[in-house]
Amino acid sequence: MIKKEMIAMLLAGGQGSRLGVLTSKVAKPAVAFGGKYRIIDFPLSNCINSGIDTVGVLTQYQPLRLNTHIGIGIPWDLDRNVGGVSILPPYEKSTNSEWYTGTANAIYQNIDYIDSYNPDYVLILSGDHIYKMDYEVMLDYHKSNNAALTIATMPVPLSEASRFGIVITDENGRIREFEEKPANPRSNLASMGIYIFTWSVLREALLAQKDVPNCDFGKHVIPYCHERGERIFAYEYNGYWKDVGTLGSYWEANMELIDIVPVFNLYEEFWKIYTRTDSLPPQYIAGNAHVERSLLGEGSEIYGEVYSSVIGADVVIEEGAVVRDSIIMQGAVIGAGTHLEKCIIAEGTVIGKNCDLGVGEYAESKLDKKVYVFDLVTIGENSVVPDGVRVGKNTAISGVTTAEDYPDGALESGGYIIKAGGKV
Amino acid sequence: MRAIGIILAGGNNKRMNELSQKRAVAAMPIAGSYRSIDFALSNMTNSHINKVAVITQYNSRSLNEHLNSSKWWNFGRKQGGLFIYNPMITMDNGNWYRGTADSMYQNLNYLKNSHEPYAVIASGDGIYKLDYNAVLEYHIQKKADITVVCKDLDPAKEDLTRFGLVRLADDNRILDFEEKPMVPSYNTASCGIYIVRRRQLIELLERCAAEDRYDFVNDILIRYKNLKRIYAYKIDTYWSSISSVRSYYNTNMDFLKPEIRKYFFREYPDVYSKVDDNPPAKYNPGSAVHNSLVSSGCIINGVVENSVLFKKVFVGNNCVIKNSIILNDVYIGDNTVIENCIVESRDTIRANTTYIGDPNDIKIVVEKNERYSL
Repeated sequence: MIKKEMIAMLLAGGQGSRLGVLTSKVAKPAVAFGGKYRIIDFPLSNCINSGIDTVGVLTQYQPLRLNTHIGIGIPWDLDRNVGGVSILPPYEKSTNSEWYTGTANAIYQNIDYIDSYNPDYVLILSGDHIYKMDYEVMLDYHKSNNAALTIATMPVPLSEASRFGIVITDENGRIREFEEKPANPRSNLASMGIYIFTWSVLREALLAQKDVPNCDFGKHVIPYCHERGERIFAYEYNGYWKDVGTLGSYWEANMELIDIVPVFNLYEEFWKIYTRTDSLPPQYIAGNAHVERSLLGEGSEIYGEVYSSVIGADVVIEEGAVVRDSIIMQGAVIGAGTHLEKCIIAEGTVIGKNCDLGVGEYAESKLDKKVYVFDLVTIGENSVVPDGVRVGKNTAISGVTTAEDYPDGALESGGYIIKAGGKV
Repeated sequence: MRAIGIILAGGNNKRMNELSQKRAVAAMPIAGSYRSIDFALSNMTNSHINKVAVITQYNSRSLNEHLNSSKWWNFGRKQGGLFIYNPMITMDNGNWYRGTADSMYQNLNYLKNSHEPYAVIASGDGIYKLDYNAVLEYHIQKKADITVVCKDLDPAKEDLTRFGLVRLADDNRILDFEEKPMVPSYNTASCGIYIVRRRQLIELLERCAAEDRYDFVNDILIRYKNLKRIYAYKIDTYWSSISSVRSYYNTNMDFLKPEIRKYFFREYPDVYSKVDDNPPAKYNPGSAVHNSLVSSGCIINGVVENSVLFKKVFVGNNCVIKNSIILNDVYIGDNTVIENCIVESRDTIRANTTYIGDPNDIKIVVEKNERYSL
């Protein structure tokens, strides 16, 4: 008989629209991070490092990159005879076929998958956080409290607590009240969106709420458990944890890796982060190149200058190019003589020669002033930027652009060029 | 597939000096991210040879660790797989492998139990890309008994006395074969890559063993050259054998040339290796790297010029490293100067030390691993 004590369900179906053009063709968990990784590598590596060998990955939005990245789970040792990683997209049923309408609804639609492993506990994870966490310690805490639900929380500054879902606990850590983005927070413990449920409790709650539209953990399932008086506990986590859901926090989290001894250290032998590596060669730094305060991925060739940047695998930075405070993802090419400042360049993008990106005065984004802030230039995957153009701040570019798209050879601050398709 | 593979990776080579104290030549790290045997293994898998035996003997621990899973080269299939044969004691044999032919003879069941008609034999110390299928086509077309892959070498650049050298007829049949001659008469070298019909190979090996002969080159190629149709398949692409310190150093330095990197790293097919899950290389303030290869997991604080840094090398503040090869997992303390050296893997180089070799006599630096005691 198949029996797993705890299995993980990883919610990876969201678009992550606040990452703008970076997620126009990939789901947020598949976005590159740290010169080598993708965001989903962190929860997946945490799972295997915590001894969880059965993970269901719920996909919906643009799953191609996620599917090829995860494959059969070899990089995370999740290729198992029993268990391992399974990709769980929405599927057609004999009655009421539907998309995943909410986080809890997605789990509800996969009750059969969970049942097949006969677990005692189910760990619910999301695919958009950067952190290292031992879920086994959290499970021990859950068991020692005889809890129905344990929510991972972390202390945040009280001044920022109003941006989070806050939990109010008693002296034993049992949660007495929830407050969603409270104006006057009474506690500084913020929910991290990581839950351990006793499966029988979750199963019952999902079935009871199966007809709730857009059934969501935070809005429906947890309040339901709370109302029924289930034992809900807060597990306090005190390490590095970063939600990379916005361009600003995504850029910041990458830049934090550059510090001499970063708070989030990828160089520790303990608790390695695994990823699919499709590039093995060493990187080449040319005679006239200069690289300082940067991370560089495998197989990159640097002929220009790179400062305070995170560069992915197989990137080519041509002679005379100067890259500062930027993130460049796998396979991008930066033309000779081009200057980049605070740019996020997605995979496979080609930037022409003698361009100037990230210059000019501040201006609000005309595309989406909530997304394109922090003075960043954001360029989607497989885009092309022609030679010799100037691009301002808070701008977005996607698709193959030509000189005609840049009046007077410039895209002013706050502007955008979104074209369908990309280079082949 | 029409062929099985055999990789001969058992040998030591005295010309590797201290470098072979730790590992077999086939396990020597190459070009920052690879091991020597990766090239033969990748050629096998890229030639769609599904079943490959690696024969090891000398100092095989490091090599066996590298081959801990056959996934990295796409073996590990129901049809085929990667087989590692160390010497073993049996009811009727208590000997080590006494030579290349003997090492295959002692594993004759691998040959007998296969059904593929041909065998490709390669050595683990060659750095090259080759489609063995092309050689096999040639072998069949020439109606050869044995085909030997050969390359013309430049006597001005290569020490020919460390190769097997051949003289060819107009149709490329091998007329004469001299093994590591004191005075070379020819400049066409055998690359140590052979194709033989499997049943033919079994027959040759059995006869060899019955006569107490153990070496594939001396006792089969040279002895049979007038009896069997032995042909040379000439290549003009990059090929290098790393079996001496000088050639090991030069081969690694070759990868600083753009055309060599393009050939191996950018052109089809790929070379595979064991995945190490190291983070990206990190360049801290004060780092100045010029014309060098840097591998994953390195952290650099100093100056590096014309050098190859393997995985997980740490370079301290104010270090100057020139024309050197730093093998895996070396820690280099602050203010250290290293020139014209090969630094052995897992060394701990203390701060404020100097190692300077000569461009014509590369110094090999072997230090203790003091990582956890300092």
